[in-house]
Amino acid sequence: MYKSQVNLSKGGPVVAQSVTEAAVGDASRLAARGVTVGYGGRTVIDGLDVAIPPGVVTTIIGPNGCGKSTLLRTLSRLLKPARGTVVLDGEDIGRLRTRDVAKKLGLLPQAPVAPEGLTVADLVARGRHPHQSWLRQWSSDDAEVVERALAMTGVADLADRPVDSLSGGQRQRVWISMTLAQGTDLLLLDEPTTYLDLAHAVDVLDLVDDLHESGCTVVMVLHDLNLAVRYSDHLVVMRDGSILAQGHPHDVVTAELLYEAFGLRAQVIDDPVGDRPLIVPIGRTHVRPDTSR
Amino acid sequence: MTDVKPSLPPGVRLGRVSFFWRPWLVGVSLLLAAAAFLVFCVSIGVGDFPIGLPQVIRTLLGRGEQVDEFVIMDLRMPRALAGLVVGVALGVSGAITQSIARNPLASPDVLGITTGAGAVAVFLVTVSGGAAAAVADTVGLSAAALAGGLGTGLLVYFLAWRRGIDGFRLILIGISVSAVMEAVTTWLLVTADIRDVAQAQAWLVGSLDDRSWGEVQVALWGTLALLAVVAAVAFQFKPMHFGDEVAAGLGVRYAAVRAVLLLCAVLLAGMAVSAAGPVPFVALVAPQVAMRLARCPTPPMLASGLVGALLLIGSDLVARAVLPVSLPVGVVTAAIGGPFLVYLLVRANLR
Repeated sequence: MYKSQVNLSKGGPVVAQSVTEAAVGDASRLAARGVTVGYGGRTVIDGLDVAIPPGVVTTIIGPNGCGKSTLLRTLSRLLKPARGTVVLDGEDIGRLRTRDVAKKLGLLPQAPVAPEGLTVADLVARGRHPHQSWLRQWSSDDAEVVERALAMTGVADLADRPVDSLSGGQRQRVWISMTLAQGTDLLLLDEPTTYLDLAHAVDVLDLVDDLHESGCTVVMVLHDLNLAVRYSDHLVVMRDGSILAQGHPHDVVTAELLYEAFGLRAQVIDDPVGDRPLIVPIGRTHVRPDTSR
Repeated sequence: MTDVKPSLPPGVRLGRVSFFWRPWLVGVSLLLAAAAFLVFCVSIGVGDFPIGLPQVIRTLLGRGEQVDEFVIMDLRMPRALAGLVVGVALGVSGAITQSIARNPLASPDVLGITTGAGAVAVFLVTVSGGAAAAVADTVGLSAAALAGGLGTGLLVYFLAWRRGIDGFRLILIGISVSAVMEAVTTWLLVTADIRDVAQAQAWLVGSLDDRSWGEVQVALWGTLALLAVVAAVAFQFKPMHFGDEVAAGLGVRYAAVRAVLLLCAVLLAGMAVSAAGPVPFVALVAPQVAMRLARCPTPPMLASGLVGALLLIGSDLVARAVLPVSLPVGVVTAAIGGPFLVYLLVRANLR
């Protein structure tokens, strides 16, 4: 391919380049281009580029305060970048109507809270909001989609229960169900496993995997590295507001990278139950003397 | 069994209009409306010249005798209508502020609106001569109080603004500003002439005595206009019960919706205060009572307004007809509303 470019006439490479760019733009439905984001006077992300690959689970990881949630919030339009643009389906997300964004992109913020006593069915039904209007507040379409969302997330049996009476894991399933009821195939989840014990975290991530199987593109922020490695097809590793590495966990996760990103000494070994790498952290204590550091 | 149909509220379609059918909420609202109308009519009938309930209703429908019509429409209607309007305005205002702050404490009383209006009114009553007298003469006490409430409410809003509105911060700043306004009021009362103090005290308790048609009409039309705005925005407000970020994810321009509704809440409370003085507790208790009666997780707007009207007209009726001495309505709203809210909370604990 390189050779053919060389052989092209003078205008050739430019055309070829723009074709490649267009191809990338088509493939990725959501991308950030040179975004700079900050809170008040503090810049958290400076001139970052990222394209979310379609149809897979992308997880943003990185140490605390590296800007991973900020990046997710920028991609979802919760934060407006000071410079640069976020492109959703080829359009500048900042110029789209809020409602139109909500029809294409579902967002679950970190640790949302439902009013006390609200039932699961009512919460999930609210997910239809972007498709409704003052006059058309509830149609049979809405009912169908909500029933499907409830069934898919396995909370249909809980539909009558108040959300606050559920366990943390069930509650998170309900919130994901609401996001699904939005009817988008692009889901952004900000730390969906926060405050969950490991069993419930695995349960929620299995659900994320189900969503991916059904054709959704998922972008999430996770704290737990091994869960991130196990459940994602694309990792975006961040440090200090920029991207250190990205790619399939196989290619990205190495002891060197973990040290560079987190300052963590670790061994990367084969996962005994999965086909992905497994990170074994090495602390200062409780380590056998023969461990290679 | 994954049949979820019964748990989703059934939908109703009328042509292009469709909505959730919630029989309990509709039933409770209708009952409240009927009760409010009944108390409204009884309140009109009671007085030095008692008129029976059937006659009151006949007169309201325009088929009464001339004597009744004079007493009802000219003498008693302004008071009853003021009670209705003030009650609805306070109830809806409280429902909005409590929903926005996601906290039942956030009523217009706490957010400085009523205390601000009170401070301005007391200033105009007690400080005689000069600019104060000029203001009181030209715009009237009610309008000046409305401006005071509006100004204080906006001050609290902007002080609480920090990249958005946090309910807890809004309440803390509201309480602080209210405390300052109350201090100003107390200072004015302590230093003022004793005759002015009596007049100011009467205004501060909240009363429906001696309402004129003119005053009531301003409050009525103002409240109706504001309710229309609230009704128009209410649909966009629904997802905001889940917090700003979830609302944004669902396509709501939450900052704009919140600003419009909060302004409506401040103006509604201001209308109420200018018409009846700072009647305490209605805006706090009405949405909470409505929530529990209607079994809603969030304060229902319409039912809150109706509970507010019922509470205010009912309290006025009790103050005039049942008690041996005629008291201002504000004394009774606090005395009735407080225990009723406690009762609802205790009953919920016992379950």
